[in-house]
Amino acid sequence: MDIVVVQFLTGLASASSLFLVASGLSIIFGVSRIVNFAHGSFYMLGAYLAWTLVERLPYGPLGFWGGIVGAAAIVALLGLVMEFVLLRRIYRAPELFQLLATFGVVLIVQDATLWLWGPQDLLGPRAPGLRGAVTILGQRFPQYDLLLIFIGPVVLALLWLLFTRTRWGTLVRAATQDREMVGALGVDQKLLFTTVFMLGSFLAGLGGALQLPRESVNLQMDLTIITDAFVVVVVGGMGSLGGAFLAALLIGVLHAFGIVVFPKITLVLIFLVMAVVLVLRPYGLMGRKPGPVAATVGLVTPLIGPTPRALVWLGLVAGALLVLAPLFVGDYTLTILSEMAILALFAASLHFMMGPGGMASFGHAAYFGLGAYAAALLMRQLGLGMPLGLIAAPLAGAAFGLLFGWFCVRLSGVYLAMLTLAFAQICWSVAFQWVELTGGDNGLLNILPSGWAQTRQGFYWLALVLSIAGILLLRWLIRTPFGHALRAARDNPLRAEAVGMAVGRLQWAGFAVAASFAGFAGGLYAYFKGSVFPTFISIPRSVDALLMVLLGGVDTLAGPIVGAVVYTGLHEQLMSLTDYWRAILGLIIVVLVVAFPQGLAGQARDWWLARNGGRA
Amino acid sequence: MSAVLAVDGLRKSFGGVHAVQGVQFALGAGEMLALIGPNGAGKSTCFNMLNGQIRPDGGTVMLDGRDITGMKPRDVWRLGVGRTFQITATFASFTVAENVQLALSSYHRRLTTLWRRASSLDRDEALALLRQVGMADQADRQTGILAYGDLKRVELAIALANRPRLLLMDEPTAGMAPQERVGLMALTARLAREQGIAVLFTEHDMDVVFGHADRVMVLERGRKIAEGTPEAVRSDERVQAIYLGSGAMYGEGH
Ligand SMILES: Nc1ncnc2c1ncn2[C@@H]1O[C@H](COP(=O)(O)OP(=O)(O)O)[C@@H](O)[C@H]1O
Ligand SMILES: [Mg+2]
Repeated sequence: MDIVVVQFLTGLASASSLFLVASGLSIIFGVSRIVNFAHGSFYMLGAYLAWTLVERLPYGPLGFWGGIVGAAAIVALLGLVMEFVLLRRIYRAPELFQLLATFGVVLIVQDATLWLWGPQDLLGPRAPGLRGAVTILGQRFPQYDLLLIFIGPVVLALLWLLFTRTRWGTLVRAATQDREMVGALGVDQKLLFTTVFMLGSFLAGLGGALQLPRESVNLQMDLTIITDAFVVVVVGGMGSLGGAFLAALLIGVLHAFGIVVFPKITLVLIFLVMAVVLVLRPYGLMGRKPGPVAATVGLVTPLIGPTPRALVWLGLVAGALLVLAPLFVGDYTLTILSEMAILALFAASLHFMMGPGGMASFGHAAYFGLGAYAAALLMRQLGLGMPLGLIAAPLAGAAFGLLFGWFCVRLSGVYLAMLTLAFAQICWSVAFQWVELTGGDNGLLNILPSGWAQTRQGFYWLALVLSIAGILLLRWLIRTPFGHALRAARDNPLRAEAVGMAVGRLQWAGFAVAASFAGFAGGLYAYFKGSVFPTFISIPRSVDALLMVLLGGVDTLAGPIVGAVVYTGLHEQLMSLTDYWRAILGLIIVVLVVAFPQGLAGQARDWWLARNGGRA
Repeated sequence: MSAVLAVDGLRKSFGGVHAVQGVQFALGAGEMLALIGPNGAGKSTCFNMLNGQIRPDGGTVMLDGRDITGMKPRDVWRLGVGRTFQITATFASFTVAENVQLALSSYHRRLTTLWRRASSLDRDEALALLRQVGMADQADRQTGILAYGDLKRVELAIALANRPRLLLMDEPTAGMAPQERVGLMALTARLAREQGIAVLFTEHDMDVVFGHADRVMVLERGRKIAEGTPEAVRSDERVQAIYLGSGAMYGEGH
């Protein structure tokens, strides 16, 4: 009993920081409609800056609290810079590009933090005056946590006052409900957006800084917290502060209990709660169904016509050259080509879901990784080899695609993307935590292909043939009545339902198909690398796939292939050039999005239309 | 004559707004019934309840003597109800023919077919439907770039794909030029008569209403205030009171 009370209180303490971060995310989204991936980076920066400030300032209440608030203030300024330099230019870009741009910032901040503070975890001092513990029902409970419990509700109350009692707050609420209207009222929208972004960043920074006495400061904080914040926002309801608060309490308390009662399956527990909430209330505890999404700038999504003759020939020639490649090129190139082939299949599977399916996934690596683990586990646990592994991989992808997809297809747009990401992170942490089965961080090693495919050439041919077959199969599916129906449901769900199509079921099936092909690619990748690690499921891998698809263009069938080849090549080059390749990659993403807010393909199309005067 | 559609006591409120309050009417095969009334009278809400888009608070909708109240749109469609929307709803990234083919393949329950190309499936039947609405020559153009009037005709072809017993057309001619309007409704009336389809439509253009409707029903603030032949409705005092001053009853537009 006593431990129950104490765990409950610990949960409430964690909930406070979670609420700060999630409310900031939610406020920013409400006004700008941007899901700020870098919000977690601001949280991390808040913690690192607080560590530095508190270390430098004289130890004492003033130094400590000055450091915490100072850190949050610096983060708010960084938010200002980000809004000013980046977001301002992309408010009208498609939402996926906005997400990508903010992910570019995540990469830059990661490397910047690594460069400034180094790779080792940092430990902050305890809060002066609150170093001890109080005794509650015979259990010791940190005084600092007791304080944290109060900070959450206090901030909620302050925000509530700010939004209801000030003119600025009223404007923010109006902008959240109707952006156009605020523009019409003659309000300085730019100033409003900038200040909102600063407030949101301040909250993220404060949330991170307040964690200083509780846990070590490390480089994984950004992606860990952003996942939790996404879960909180999805569960609480986008744009609702009260919802964020409730959900933060729920998730915080669950975490605290889970760690004591079911340490291994804490995240599964959270998944279950999230699942229940979403089944009962698809838009979160206190969220409302979003209005119809404003049409994105640009043209009508083009037709998918028959493959042009020239492209068929090009494909055949390229295919023949690739098959013959081992005769001309060395081992290193073959390795890169194998990887490109597998990743092209992975990208094509995401493209199937995003293009014709109209469902953006930020967690597609989940299915890739699950396929890889399925193949690896078959070998390690049951001693079954590659042929069965390559059958199990797509099945594993499909099974989890069906499970997660069932929830995801109830949502759309960024909500769906956030949920896919949350699911992927849950898979990642299971792979990471369930050490007995997955080997945790050490991964599963010695996942060997069948004998004939153990030479570099043999495996290259295998990967090439299977990837091309998979890609062609996906292309075929897009042209079947099923593929057409899926795309029709994307074009106009209202009309689709009105001609007898079960839109939800179609999307569910589409989700599972994409997941199974991703699983297959993952299985191949496991034998390619000879090992499987939790990184196969990580957010960066999901983002890799997204980048490939967006680089190549969502609207073309050849897009994912081109994207995979270009991106893998670029990645490989960068990695061989510098240790800080993440930052450079992030910079490239940001520049691409700012320069081509409609994507490379959209840009090419506009250019084409301008040159040819009118429609192609 | 047994009714294709029989509606009784249909009600719907949104919060405090009583959008539709106890509407009752019947519609026979081959008959054209116009539903008119000022903006916000509850016409679209009626349509949405008839095809299952929204669930009524009360009342019944019977199709061919079968209770379809509260069914999902796709199930209602399977029972032979076609519909067009106030804002045209088509599949923009497909060709005109493919739009109709999609509806046809759905009707023939071939949407899960995985071994055939969709672009050749049900194409002849689609072209025949497009010929009926005069869009066959544009069959291979992209739907998303069509002129509005053409789009309305494509939507009609889509709505005909399930060989409907009942056609629901919410403002089928909104946004069209006057001649186009008359043309589209003349076409609809001909198809309705030839194929015995019951048609319920809303319309603001009184020329169209009085030119093509067999019967007219007037809705105001969610209540039916008049029903009868076009002539009878035109001379109804309450109807004239609503439309007085707008001149709409005499074909001067709105
Ligand atoms: N989804 C809805 N939510 C709230 N009110 C609605 C909704 N749909 C319609 N209404 C209201 O119901 C009334 C009838 O609207 P509608 O059926 O669209 O009228 P009409 O099609 O005759 O112009 C209007 O007052 C409208 O504001
Ligand atoms: Mg209407």
